[in-house]
Amino acid sequence: MTTTLISIERPTRAPKKPLAFTIDGRAVTVEEGTTILAACRTIGIEIPTLCFLETLRPVNACRLCVVEVEGARVLAPSCSRTAEAGMVVYTKSARVIHARRLVLEFLASSVDLSTTPGMAELLAEYDCKPERYGPPKPHALAGERDAAIAGHHAAPDPDFAATVGQPVMVDNDLYVRDYAKCVLCYKCVEACGADHQNSFAIAVAGRGFNARISTEMAVPLPDSACVYCGNCIAVCPTGALMAKPEFDMRAAGSWNIEAQTTTDTICPYCGVGCTLSLHVQDNTIVKATSPLENSITLGNLCVKGRFGWQYVQPGPSADSATTRDG
Amino acid sequence: MFGAGGGTNSYAEVEETDVVFLWGSNARAAHPIWFHHLLKGVRNGTRLYVMDPRRTDSAKWADVWMGLNVGSDVALSNTMAREIIHAGLAHAAFIANGTTGFDVYRAAVEPYTLDVGEQLTGIPAAAIREAAHTFATADKAMICWTLGITEHHNAVDNVLSLINLCLLTGHVGRWACGCNPLRGQNNVQGGGDMGAIPNRLPGFQDILDPAVRAAFERHWGVPIQPTYGKNLTEMLHAMEHGKITALLCAGENPVQSDADGNKVARLLGGLDHLVVQEIFLTKTAQLAHVVLPATASWCEADGTVTNSERRVQRVRKAKEPPAGARDELWILAELARRLGTDLGNPTAEELWNEFRTVAPAFAGGMSYARLESLGGIQWPCPDESHAGETFLHGRLWETPVRGRPAPFSVVEHAGPAEQPDAAYPFLLTTGRRLESYNTGVQTGGYASPLHYGETVDMSPEDAVMLGCADGDLARVSSRRGEVTAPVRIDRALRAGLVFMTFHFPDSVDTNVLTNDQYDPKSGTAEFKACAVRIEALVASVGAR
Amino acid sequence: MDIRLLQAVPSDTERAAVDAVLGAPASGWDGGVRVNARDSHLAYGGRAMRERRHELVPALQALQARVGWISEGGLGYVCERLQVPPAEAWGVATFYALLATSPRPRRMLHVCDDVGCRDNGGREVEAALVAAGGPAVAHEPSGTHMQLDANTPAWMHSPCLGLCDQAPAVLVTDAGDPAVERLIGRVTADVARALLAGAAPGADALANTVVPQVGDPSLVLLQRVGVVDPTSLTAYRNAGGYAALGRALQLGAEGVIAEVTASRLVGRGGAAFPTGRKWEAVRTQRATPHYLICNADESEPGTFKDRVLLTGDPFAIVEAMTIAAFATGCEHGFVYLRAEYPLANERLQGAITQARAAGLLGENILGQPFRFDIEIRRGAGAYICGEETALFESIEGKRGEPRSKPPFPVQSGVFGKPTLVNNVETLANVLPIVLHGGAAFAAIGTTQSTGTRLFCLSGAVERPGVYEAPFGTSLKALLKTAGASPRMRAVLLGGAAGTFLPAADTDFPLSLEGARAAETTLGSGVVMVFDDSQDLEAAVLRIAAFFRDESCGQCVPCRVGTVRQEEALHRLARGKTRGGAEAEFALLEEIGVAMRDASICGLGQTAYAAVESAVKRLQLFQGGAV
Repeated sequence: MTTTLISIERPTRAPKKPLAFTIDGRAVTVEEGTTILAACRTIGIEIPTLCFLETLRPVNACRLCVVEVEGARVLAPSCSRTAEAGMVVYTKSARVIHARRLVLEFLASSVDLSTTPGMAELLAEYDCKPERYGPPKPHALAGERDAAIAGHHAAPDPDFAATVGQPVMVDNDLYVRDYAKCVLCYKCVEACGADHQNSFAIAVAGRGFNARISTEMAVPLPDSACVYCGNCIAVCPTGALMAKPEFDMRAAGSWNIEAQTTTDTICPYCGVGCTLSLHVQDNTIVKATSPLENSITLGNLCVKGRFGWQYVQPGPSADSATTRDG
Repeated sequence: MFGAGGGTNSYAEVEETDVVFLWGSNARAAHPIWFHHLLKGVRNGTRLYVMDPRRTDSAKWADVWMGLNVGSDVALSNTMAREIIHAGLAHAAFIANGTTGFDVYRAAVEPYTLDVGEQLTGIPAAAIREAAHTFATADKAMICWTLGITEHHNAVDNVLSLINLCLLTGHVGRWACGCNPLRGQNNVQGGGDMGAIPNRLPGFQDILDPAVRAAFERHWGVPIQPTYGKNLTEMLHAMEHGKITALLCAGENPVQSDADGNKVARLLGGLDHLVVQEIFLTKTAQLAHVVLPATASWCEADGTVTNSERRVQRVRKAKEPPAGARDELWILAELARRLGTDLGNPTAEELWNEFRTVAPAFAGGMSYARLESLGGIQWPCPDESHAGETFLHGRLWETPVRGRPAPFSVVEHAGPAEQPDAAYPFLLTTGRRLESYNTGVQTGGYASPLHYGETVDMSPEDAVMLGCADGDLARVSSRRGEVTAPVRIDRALRAGLVFMTFHFPDSVDTNVLTNDQYDPKSGTAEFKACAVRIEALVASVGAR
Repeated sequence: MDIRLLQAVPSDTERAAVDAVLGAPASGWDGGVRVNARDSHLAYGGRAMRERRHELVPALQALQARVGWISEGGLGYVCERLQVPPAEAWGVATFYALLATSPRPRRMLHVCDDVGCRDNGGREVEAALVAAGGPAVAHEPSGTHMQLDANTPAWMHSPCLGLCDQAPAVLVTDAGDPAVERLIGRVTADVARALLAGAAPGADALANTVVPQVGDPSLVLLQRVGVVDPTSLTAYRNAGGYAALGRALQLGAEGVIAEVTASRLVGRGGAAFPTGRKWEAVRTQRATPHYLICNADESEPGTFKDRVLLTGDPFAIVEAMTIAAFATGCEHGFVYLRAEYPLANERLQGAITQARAAGLLGENILGQPFRFDIEIRRGAGAYICGEETALFESIEGKRGEPRSKPPFPVQSGVFGKPTLVNNVETLANVLPIVLHGGAAFAAIGTTQSTGTRLFCLSGAVERPGVYEAPFGTSLKALLKTAGASPRMRAVLLGGAAGTFLPAADTDFPLSLEGARAAETTLGSGVVMVFDDSQDLEAAVLRIAAFFRDESCGQCVPCRVGTVRQEEALHRLARGKTRGGAEAEFALLEEIGVAMRDASICGLGQTAYAAVESAVKRLQLFQGGAV
């Protein structure tokens, strides 16, 4: 038996204490520090989320995941509220259902959710009637929302429900920003910012209903600090941010998820070894992502991995490899 | 390092260490996702020092940027070492237990006083002292480097000098402590693992070791030469002297990626027979007598690659290759067959399993099934109950040490082989940009708004002196060749230092300028330093 | 950080304005001139630079004050100096109403059109300004609106300026060196026209702060206001000032907290949390340092009591903060002061400077091993920053977006450290508690609500102003004292986040329990009286607009709910209901409940309160009924 001079292993942390509490009448025991949402998932209780992602710091902004904690004045965001011993939680009380329904209606009446996966089912499940707030107001002109002054707004038009509608922004060849579809979940800002990429090309600007995702002075992306890693696209829950090929194929009606295969491989560039999930349709790569749970990438890539595979696409450049078939 | 050819730590450890010396690496641009891990550390409180002649995007994250003179890396590390020793901050217990050669090393660094260090590196003595003390007194510290260390004529000395610092302070063989080269290409590490280097058989087994050779000869049924093979630079030399007349070049574009490209082209062009296996008709392939069109190994074929944390990972076929392109294993097997040896038609997995058999201590436990289920495994992984090693060399802390203690190495400051002079008054250093890759054959084709073509980057001061503005054309010449490129003014550079990439060789072939002085120990040429002259030309193009 | 700097070049003026706040650049790497010998081989940055982020808002304010807006060059220079990414700085600049991100004239008039002013002379002022200078600035010119000339004053609407006792109110800001800011009350159409024409603004409305009860010997919190010179430490000390600090140092930290606990003082900011318990919680936190914040971001429409204390008795607040810091182990204190109170800023800064010079702040206070100092941070036009966690974000140089609680400020507040946040009025109570003991304090008021309370009387009253009354005083009596209009129709109690009460429901004791029984809240002490000369429905619409304007936009229930609420009210007001008034009332209730239950912070949680009371108690908007 050899001994070591000092401990060389990773310092072990004190084991987390278990705590017991109740969800919908069921007793649950989890480790200290577990969120209500995580606890719910361990016992198979589904809670809808929009702004939550395992790889990002919770911002508690969408409020879709609220639950009722007995004795609390207001509902609690399950994505970030940690469980406490003896807590009594209801995930489907009338208050919870009401809040979720209204949140969904608020979003559906003000944002284009047509490309949000699972949203149609959710709206049906919660019996939402977004049309009751009035017909959606026609889209704002380009730049109009960017020009709002904090603390000021025009009086409402009684014939319409206000929306965040505005023209699609296509200012580069790699991806498209359609902020008419933005629910302001903050995920793209967090992914671009301190949580992952630390490029801070975008932030939330303005406030209230005019809060919006913006570059400095709302300049086009090529004039911003954007490095086109596309890590914002990877976390966008609504399709407001979309890679150009997907956007174009959807516009042309040729985007067909059923016809796509997804294969995990390793990025061909530097030696970090990022897992690339290649989405292939008709032998053409139509999208590259990385698994969120990958310990190296946490779903992130750089511009080369996310977009730099044109050279293996069918077409003239690849054909050149065969020009001198030996 | 100490017999294992790979970085000592996992990416996760850089998130939990206390001090990082990022040395000769612009990982922000060249290893962006590893840099995410580093930034997690920085956000957790890691103190970051970046040693780089340029104040790169990586350096801008540093608590302290140490802008050393190009090629003064050994001087800086030796100066720090002397300061650590004199301040009584060396880890005496570790040195006694796990190392050899300390006394000789101590004597060798003695001349590197803070004043000498300042003179050689350009960094103020007080800053060197502070960095040395911080590194030595940190509970956990790591040194990470890239080509800024290895693309020098004294590359191995540079690496050894950094290893010395870790040995001196006991920052090795522990969680979140160690020395980590960040690999520049997705399978540099894996190539070495598999024995595709001139001095090692699979699993980093030394070709000079008779027992190793005997085992492989038994397995393969062929004799194995008892000498090291030639690295690329040595091959070029051999070609120059007529010792090599035929070459198979697989997936490499030396005409554009090697230093003194004109010379490389001349040598390859002079071969009796050149076969190039490629996915593109590169400049090198254009010189070939035969081109073998291959598949893109990462998305049109199956196999494994190894990354910079020694993690072996699976690559998988995601799409069909273009008509006529063949799997590289098929090409190899067919070549063998036509040269008279039947290797059968092994699949990638079969080949991998053979590797596990011949390098059991290294990869015995890494079945495809386990690589799949564990998301890759970090070598060594001797058996199927083993999870792989997160960090290496813990043995150096064991008393008594298991295996050979780690040797200190005596290394001396040398400086770049070519220094600026009156005729060539600027020092050119080369490197990568975020959106491009190597000679651009892969990255030239996608529409990145970040692309702006080759430029010669210079300090505002030099631009004023040369009378050029952003976008003006300039002629850059060295003793070996000349190119013309637009000027880009970059505050990251100081007066006298200019920077170019080698991403756009079809328009600006930077490597006709670079110096092919190479390190005899590694075979790597000095891409990081050559003397150039710059003349402003009148015509202007619209560079950004 | 590898931020991408802006290309625009700052003017020398902008550079000077920023450097005056941040100090000169340390090197060529943070906005200074490149000096080869210093900068070519070495640069410091990293954590030390990131820790300066909290200076962002003061730097932006310096640009605003000097040139009247934040240009691209100015913004870029601030970003370079502090290494803040431009997009982030833009996000911050566009969050605050008093930071302009497009050219504005050097003089701007911020004209209150809130509930306290609009029916008390505000509309006449607005009409005069429209006639003289055109419509209010409402969008950045890059949108569709107007081009503004630097030398032609312009005006814009403002939410409540905290001058409801002297309505109508205008805040005049003249950018320059020095910048001039004046909060002017009882503005007439003539005065407004003159200001728009460039006339010099007169003295600040509050230069001589008085309260209606001045001289009343029963006053505790207001005893010195209008009596003792607020600009003189000597006068303050001669009037008994700093006796409490001396006594506190004798009692020791735990002794002070024991007295505060015994007093049963609860916070006056609205949440009514027991002050002693909060202090004890901060004192016992292991993490260091501890921070003290005096919340002086009084922005609740109709509220102006803190302004009166800060301009009329600033040393009391400094002294009380010093005691609180001593008791809870804080070495650094902030006063987060709303931007609209320039005189309070001046008076408070004067008090801090004099106290520091007299050894009452700084090291070894009163010869004891106790160190404490105070820094004023000014708001920049955001009601939400009165919410304590939004206030932290603002101090840290970020957008004022509230945080989720827990963790609570006592554990993790500003800069992630244990933080004691007390409202101005709460702190003012500390002095009598320490001087006379907690028991004596608890003897005043009711058993459940101890001490006195400040009330802000405005609207249709003869003698508007701040009144101090023991808890338990009846609202009816208070209204009588202030001379409420005999034609009173309703009272807005507690502010925009409070409730409307019909005139008939105003006879109940003003205490926490009394308000609860009357299904209302004392809130920030607002008592705004409406009579038949005022348009109550318009007031409700203004409150709905206020919440929409002031919502930070972070959470969906508040960001969209405040819009949907305002839309429904406008449909009702204009007789364009969707499915009849009852359907709209039901919809409002649904929206209101969702905002109350699911919003992150108190703003969204209370955004329906006044609307609900207007509909249910005042029976407003019945005109839309089919």
